Amino acid sequence: MRVADIVTASVLLLLGGLVGADAIRLGVGWGTDGPRSGFFPFWLAIVLVVCCVIVIAQAARREMGESFVTRERLALVLKVLWPATAMVALTHVLGLYVSAGLYLGFYMRWVGGHGWRVVLALSLAVPVAAFLIFELWFLVPMPKGPVEAWLGY
Amino acid sequence: MGLENIVLGFEQALHHQNLFFAVLGITLGTIIGVLPGLGGANGVAILLPLTMRMPPTSAIILLTSIYWGALFGGAITSILFNIPGEPWSVATTFDGYPMARQGKGGQALTAAFTSSFVGAFFSIVLITLFAPILADVALHFGPPEIFAIQFLTFSSFVGLGGGSAAKTVISIVLGFILAAVGLDIVTGQLRLTFGVTELMQGFDFIIAVIGLFGIGEILLSVEEGLSFKGVRTGMRPRVVLETWKILPRYWRTFVRGAFIGFWMGFKPGGATPASFMSYSFAKRFSRNPERFGKGEIEGVVAPETAAHAAGVAAMLPMITLGIPGSPTAAVMLGGLMIWGLQPGPMLFKERPDFVWGLIASMYTGNIIGVLMVLAFVPFFAAILRVPFAILAPLIVIVCAIGSYAVHSSMIDIWYMVIFGVVGYVFKKLDYPLAPLVLALVLGDHAENALRQSLIMSQGSLGIFVTRPIAGVISALALFFFALPAISAFRRRGGGVPAPAGSAH
Repeated sequence: MRVADIVTASVLLLLGGLVGADAIRLGVGWGTDGPRSGFFPFWLAIVLVVCCVIVIAQAARREMGESFVTRERLALVLKVLWPATAMVALTHVLGLYVSAGLYLGFYMRWVGGHGWRVVLALSLAVPVAAFLIFELWFLVPMPKGPVEAWLGY
Repeated sequence: MGLENIVLGFEQALHHQNLFFAVLGITLGTIIGVLPGLGGANGVAILLPLTMRMPPTSAIILLTSIYWGALFGGAITSILFNIPGEPWSVATTFDGYPMARQGKGGQALTAAFTSSFVGAFFSIVLITLFAPILADVALHFGPPEIFAIQFLTFSSFVGLGGGSAAKTVISIVLGFILAAVGLDIVTGQLRLTFGVTELMQGFDFIIAVIGLFGIGEILLSVEEGLSFKGVRTGMRPRVVLETWKILPRYWRTFVRGAFIGFWMGFKPGGATPASFMSYSFAKRFSRNPERFGKGEIEGVVAPETAAHAAGVAAMLPMITLGIPGSPTAAVMLGGLMIWGLQPGPMLFKERPDFVWGLIASMYTGNIIGVLMVLAFVPFFAAILRVPFAILAPLIVIVCAIGSYAVHSSMIDIWYMVIFGVVGYVFKKLDYPLAPLVLALVLGDHAENALRQSLIMSQGSLGIFVTRPIAGVISALALFFFALPAISAFRRRGGGVPAPAGSAH
């Protein structure tokens, strides 16, 4: 936890530096008709930097505790994260509904070990239901790909 | 304030279309509350884009009903599965889960729902009485007072939230920084975009909420190796009636919990400390405190009454001052802006039908809610028996749809994934997420209030101290900011025990 704490706070510290730099570029003082654009972000950056230093100092004084995440647990997290990321990437090509179906089916089969019949049924039913609810009922268009185009949408 | 306003409100709330939305919202909300990774704030955020074409009153009734449902749903998972869906249902698990294991799940659930309802009802009555008065006062507020109140809002996270004060402040500041990204409306300059076109549109709070609370929560729950081993329970009408017979015995706990809940709840971050405080008070005043933690019904009544009273009270500053008391209220406030309403005291003058419809719908929503959850507990509990390998991708898909719907832009789904990872890391490192969301929603508003105040005073910060109302509020805010330091000093010096409210 200690290392993770210090790393996170350091990243935020850098972010504070970036924000501060951009604020100075915009002007942090008094313009012709009030505070300039950089005024508020500048003080935010100062507070952020100060607090990050405090967090780092507090963490550095602490004993080494348990680690942030064990290898096995990280594997579990990644097992959820990368298929989800892959689905988002696929959405650019195939549209949301098809990607969602593929993602659901893949995850059910790979992690859950469900039978093919359930996998196929759900990964067809969920996108179709989503399509009916969002596209047709609430009129909120989602990204669509070649399959929807082929079906005439 | 006249009676005609409430009548007007009930005409809105009892309209058949709005009743339908209330039932729909409570059903969805309870499901959302039961599911891990989907809390009230998240559920409201996902559904917000779908309400853009609805009349505002129906939209807010749908969203608030989701909130009530989520509050009820949290009790189901706490009692039957020992999984607190929200931080303020943690205290409910202490006695609720042991009761369920002793085969008294039905009693525990009845007690939880009933106390939730009592707590909520108490707060709604107070809102009905005080909201118009507070709005009248707030009408005289200028930019310095508005900024001072926002300052107070954030200070109470630091003072009451528990945890590391530095991390809370970081969370607040990050929210404001994210809000500042993009076009500065006052000067027309681009801020913090570093020449990246994608950053020009800025960050939408809806995406942040969905990512931080939704995706982040799922990552966290898989890591903790969540398995849903629930206690099965049936809800027979006889059990409900018998529990209702013994509940009046605990009227003192109800009253205490409701007061604590309301008092803590209209300040941000108050629901969680309120539930713990109410629990520890009930234990202290009980004739048999040794039974607490082993399945004492009073241990369910106390935190549930307070948590629900606090959850409702969080709506008071939202409708009167335009300042949300909880992340869910913050999302709803963002909704008001999307529907073209200007949150704040003027709403009472300009759109009484909306405000009073909302207040009246709190009564109807909670009555419908308590009846529905009592009737359909087995159905809602069954949702958690759906295998995780199906639930997790479904939740991710719903989150993705919700994110895309906001601006019909793919970049938002990517932001959602990034916010999800950030949310996971922050949660693990005890950075509170609620202040970040609130700051992101209020960002522009707070900055404008600050700028206008400084223009009024020609750049002197003294304006926040010298104007009487702003001065009192600022002083209170500074006190809250100093509170962690003061209590740390006292603990070190005199061995004074930490206040019960600081537990988290």
